[in-house]
Amino acid sequence: MAKKLIALNINGQKHDLAVEERELLIHTLRENLGLKGAHIGCDTTHCGACTVDLDGKSVKSCTMFTVQAEGASITTIEGLAAPDGTLHALQESFRDAHGLQCGFCTPGMLMRADRLLKENPNPTDEEIRWGISGNLCRCTGYQNIVKAIRQAADTINALEAAE
Amino acid sequence: MIPGQFSYLNPASKSEALKMLADGGLDARPLAGGHSLIPMMKLRMAQPSQLIDIAKLDELRRIEISRSEVTIGASVTQHEMIESVELHEACPIIRETALLIADPQIRYCGTLGGNIGNGDPGNDMPGLMQCLDATYVVESTTGIRKIKAREFYQSAYFTALEPGEIITHVSFVPAAKEHGYAYTKLKRKVGDYATAAAAVMLEMSKGKVTGASIALTNLSDTPLYAAAAVEAIISTGLEASDIKSAADAAMAITNPVADGRGSAAYKTAMAGVMVTNALEKAKDRAGDVKSGGVFGWLKN
Repeated sequence: MAKKLIALNINGQKHDLAVEERELLIHTLRENLGLKGAHIGCDTTHCGACTVDLDGKSVKSCTMFTVQAEGASITTIEGLAAPDGTLHALQESFRDAHGLQCGFCTPGMLMRADRLLKENPNPTDEEIRWGISGNLCRCTGYQNIVKAIRQAADTINALEAAE
Repeated sequence: MIPGQFSYLNPASKSEALKMLADGGLDARPLAGGHSLIPMMKLRMAQPSQLIDIAKLDELRRIEISRSEVTIGASVTQHEMIESVELHEACPIIRETALLIADPQIRYCGTLGGNIGNGDPGNDMPGLMQCLDATYVVESTTGIRKIKAREFYQSAYFTALEPGEIITHVSFVPAAKEHGYAYTKLKRKVGDYATAAAAVMLEMSKGKVTGASIALTNLSDTPLYAAAAVEAIISTGLEASDIKSAADAAMAITNPVADGRGSAAYKTAMAGVMVTNALEKAKDRAGDVKSGGVFGWLKN
């Protein structure tokens, strides 16, 4: 089958790619571009480990064909920290509040939490729980994840208030 | 899991999409959010030869609200319906329902057209659209048809949609501002389909029910409009005994299939609970509808 030529902006960098029409976005990211931060967990749209940010939406990249994303701007976990390596407030807070153990769900959790805080900068714990309800964690439990997201919100809000 | 081969077509307009669909034959499928179709393709339970992407077509992405009609394009996502302040003011039951569908990521992609057009008994919007007495506008290269939501569903995954047709939009008459409403859904976890769910629209005047509509989700192989349950509460004060009559009437029309969510008897019992909860909630929310009313059964 002939491949389709498409353009994607990933983590601020433009990529011109030749992809199979049936290629899923998660496979393009992991196999084609070597961005292995987004994980394949369930491969059935349940677990959220493959979550990336696409044009301001959190999407499960195992359930989207790459050709559907033509022209999109995508941020993966590799693009969350600053270019100089300074961790994002969410990455700091997940470390600080023990928001991870095995780390498998963490890339998806962080990308989803990032979008959640952009849409709702000061969420209640209840809103955080609903906001990450498409991301499953099977070992850490959600207490510390919620705590970490709450802490990152406070950090981000305090920084913005100081500016 | 990797789906089988297909060709992906990206039309620039609705008319081009309809032409592609007509030319593509029986194995061509429209693709919008893809969150029903792509999982089925990954399992190779669906193997379309062509996917025609209608997700970005402006003509299918509008929400239009006037005093007499609400119109929602088929490619509007659940997230966009939730976020629309105007839609929430005109018809708050839509946000309440959409928030109970799947999870945040899926709601960014999943569309109204996909939810109502797939014919999956587990989908929530079909029951809601029956409750709202919505009309589906479907189009092919040969013309436009209007089909009532209450007549669209034939059995699981079988609908009135013909090959070559796509749903372009949905329209319904907005209820009076003072109407009561509720969508109640019992599910085991976020992302699950309903064990039982009920949609209620309610119009009350001077303490009496002047109009109502009740529909059920995932309690048969199609959504169910509960006409007898509506009749049971018209002109009543919606006291506990009236609500029980409606719940009993709703339970009488269910025909659920036993699965991991429970036995048929359990699901039917839960249908009664969902109808009861929805009616109580709708009654609490209902103001005094002074004139008119959309669900005015008294006039029929």
